[in-house]
Amino acid sequence: MRRARTIDWVPHAVLLIGIAIIAFPVYVTVVASTLTTPEIVYGPMSLLPGPHGPENYVQALSEGNAKTSGVGVGRMLLNTLVVALAIAVGKIAISIISAYAVVFFNFPGRMAFFWLIFLTLMLPVEVRIVPTYAVVAGLGLVDTYAGLAVPLIASATATLLFRQFFLTIPDEMVEAAKVDGAGPMRFFKDVVLPLSRTNIAALFVILFIYGWNQYLWPLLVTNDAEMTTIVIGIRRMLGNGDAQTEWSIVMATTVLALLPPVAIVILMQRWFVKGLVETEK
Amino acid sequence: MRRRVVFKQKLLPYLLLAPQVAITLVFFYWPAAQAVWYSTRREDPFGLRSQFVGLENFITVLEDPSYINSLTTTAIFSLAVAVLAIVPALLLAVMADRVVRAATVYKTILLSPYAVAPAIAGVLWLFLFAPGIGVVAYVLQFLGIDWNFVLRGEQAMLLVIIASAWKQISYNFLFFLAGLQSIPKSLIEAAAIDGAGEGRRFWDVVFPLLSPTTFFLLVVNVVYAFFDTFGIIHAVTQGGPAKATEILVYKVWYDGVMALDLGGSSAQSVILMGIVIALTAIQFRYVERKVHY
Amino acid sequence: MADVRLRNVRKSYGDTEVIHGVDCEIADGEFVVVVGPSGCGKSTLLRMVAGLEEITKGEIAIGGRVVNDIEPKDRDIAMVFQNYALYPHMSVFDNMAYGLKIRGVPRSEIEARVEKAANILQLKPLLERKPRQLSGGQRQRVAMGRAIVRDPQVFLFDEPLSNLDAKLRVQMRVEIKRLQQDLGTTSIYVTHDQVEAMTLADRLVVMNAGVAEQVGPPIEVYERPETVFVAGFIGSPAMNFLPAIATENGLSVGEARFRAAQRLEPGRNVTVGVRPEHLELDPASPTLRVRAELVEALGADTIVHGTLAGAPLLARLPGTQRVVAGDEVPLRCAPEHLHVFDGATGKRI
Repeated sequence: MRRARTIDWVPHAVLLIGIAIIAFPVYVTVVASTLTTPEIVYGPMSLLPGPHGPENYVQALSEGNAKTSGVGVGRMLLNTLVVALAIAVGKIAISIISAYAVVFFNFPGRMAFFWLIFLTLMLPVEVRIVPTYAVVAGLGLVDTYAGLAVPLIASATATLLFRQFFLTIPDEMVEAAKVDGAGPMRFFKDVVLPLSRTNIAALFVILFIYGWNQYLWPLLVTNDAEMTTIVIGIRRMLGNGDAQTEWSIVMATTVLALLPPVAIVILMQRWFVKGLVETEK
Repeated sequence: MRRRVVFKQKLLPYLLLAPQVAITLVFFYWPAAQAVWYSTRREDPFGLRSQFVGLENFITVLEDPSYINSLTTTAIFSLAVAVLAIVPALLLAVMADRVVRAATVYKTILLSPYAVAPAIAGVLWLFLFAPGIGVVAYVLQFLGIDWNFVLRGEQAMLLVIIASAWKQISYNFLFFLAGLQSIPKSLIEAAAIDGAGEGRRFWDVVFPLLSPTTFFLLVVNVVYAFFDTFGIIHAVTQGGPAKATEILVYKVWYDGVMALDLGGSSAQSVILMGIVIALTAIQFRYVERKVHY
Repeated sequence: MADVRLRNVRKSYGDTEVIHGVDCEIADGEFVVVVGPSGCGKSTLLRMVAGLEEITKGEIAIGGRVVNDIEPKDRDIAMVFQNYALYPHMSVFDNMAYGLKIRGVPRSEIEARVEKAANILQLKPLLERKPRQLSGGQRQRVAMGRAIVRDPQVFLFDEPLSNLDAKLRVQMRVEIKRLQQDLGTTSIYVTHDQVEAMTLADRLVVMNAGVAEQVGPPIEVYERPETVFVAGFIGSPAMNFLPAIATENGLSVGEARFRAAQRLEPGRNVTVGVRPEHLELDPASPTLRVRAELVEALGADTIVHGTLAGAPLLARLPGTQRVVAGDEVPLRCAPEHLHVFDGATGKRI
């Protein structure tokens, strides 16, 4: 369709304004991470980057600040990475095998198990905070990676996604495998797993972000500063968010915290979009 | 739905299900059941014994003005977040649907906030609006606005709404864009031949076709505002000032973890479960309507 | 190589029996085609031979070994599926090699066998491709290659040509026939296409509603169909069926009188079958006259549509005969080409 030339620039203008607003807080944060705290606190701060970036990041990574009990952001990043990977890999692993069981076998209680998993959609951690904490505490998992990750790796969403995909694998493919002599585990390894690659990639992106960004759960199950995840760490560093806050360090830490998930979204955009559209909770 | 062709093994499927089912039972059903159990009991002051009190905890919670206040706060908060996250997302999606050049760049940037943790989103906006420090706070002061969200409830509310909506725009943008791109170009062309101008084409053809997406997003955004914004509230306002931003999830956490009111917090948990179930049910009722995207 | 024996094979889903006792002996190296309309149970029968469906009752033996309780992989069979069921993520080579790999065949032997099969099927240049990069005919050949490399005792074909276009189907039909002759492997082939069945089979099994109505060489089935169903299913255009009453010296169909090859008790209700191609133009001494309601001139043949005794009647005349709609056409049928079936049971008399 032909459009009048005069309005060709309108979409670009609107998008650029939108992007400017969306990106503004991130830009200011990045700039602040290159200034000193006094430059931020006593002034209108500059909107152009300063020269103090390296020292802020080094300090953040190695020692954090006074409110993090000397635990550096490096340690927090490591904790967060471990937890995010454990959640993403764990969720995918247990979901894909349980979906495989529900789809490729016929056994008593099949639908009951399916519903048991499906209904967990209705039980987000936010509605069972205290008793879930009690269970984790009872198991001695407070301040452990297992305590941070395991309670979050049961996922109806991922199971549903895999089930949906498995149902599209033609019956004849299963029969061909049977004639070829492949048993269920062989079929899983040689056919189902390779065919699920794109779904796994898409889920991985979404779940890694999910795991990285956890807040309420780590807040509950970690007391030890050594076990802090970075998102919680920032909250601790922030204090009251007033003039006493070491803003330059907080801002450097914030950049470090949002960089990995944002990088994944940008670099793996195709998988991210697929994952988001197909899981949609 | 089921397959015609399956494997015959009897034990294997149970083994494959075991990890998921074990985690689900231990960390989902058991705690949920406990929440229901505690919600009907009251502990003695030393926490040594508890006794069955029926619906008393629920009555106490529902008669508590601070709970009603939190309920109202949550309603305002979630609706405002939904509207503020949906409207700009729709505008941006309509624009992005038209551009060919640099479309990927726009899309990449607009999708990025999804990756930012809610608490981090809160910190980003807190920093802009921190009284006496933030860039935006300066501008507001300069314009003669008495900006201090630390003391003013309505300003604090505005801040957490903005931070929450900012993060959710990405999600809405993506679904609107997918919805727009699934509208057959021939429909728009037919409307153009019928004589509809640019604006009419949008309101008469495009927008009605997007309405299932919009409804779906409305529900998703409300769910998000209800449950996923805990980090924003906790990082930015701690529910304050004077409980002005205390949404239900924050209150459950505060009463259960900080105030150690097991019965009351459990009763609140059970009410929240009811809300999730209702919202999920609505979402699934309309799920068929949007699958064609 | 092996023979296949089916003895009173039955299949039920719950209380519903869908295969009602099929008996069939397939000799070593024989090519048997199971043909029938969709839903007649032919695929189920084949899948029971493959081991993909349980055998409810009866017995299936391959090479003298009863296989009822043996897994598909241990039956030494290979199967070509209707939609080919190629593994989309594996190359042509890997698709063909997979069954051998699982069986632990050494790599060098796998390569030799795949190469040999690829040569036979002209797949050599395609070995590294993925199924999605192949045309329909090429995929079909890969599916066959997967069966060939296994060098099984029996080939099972489940409507392997039905996803191809008409021209390719004819071409592949010839290839399959040639291949089977060269390899000499016992084959069971399921199809709903009677032309495919006639051209490929050493012997036909015509199935209807879970029953094998007739088993025999194609020409025999064509010339001496045992039931009305078989008579109507085999042959194109389909046989004409006319309601008739036996008389002292033949059969009467409405006004028309036929001489019959055998004597029947007068007054008996029968169905007379006559193939369109067995009706000849005979102005001198016609057995019957029909008014041509519609004429299809196909070049080689001219098909005349008419009605006799309330039943539709088709005649296939040589293309040289000029008939136009509205003509009164005098026709004759030799008594040896009349098929007489019991009016009630549909069985050949």
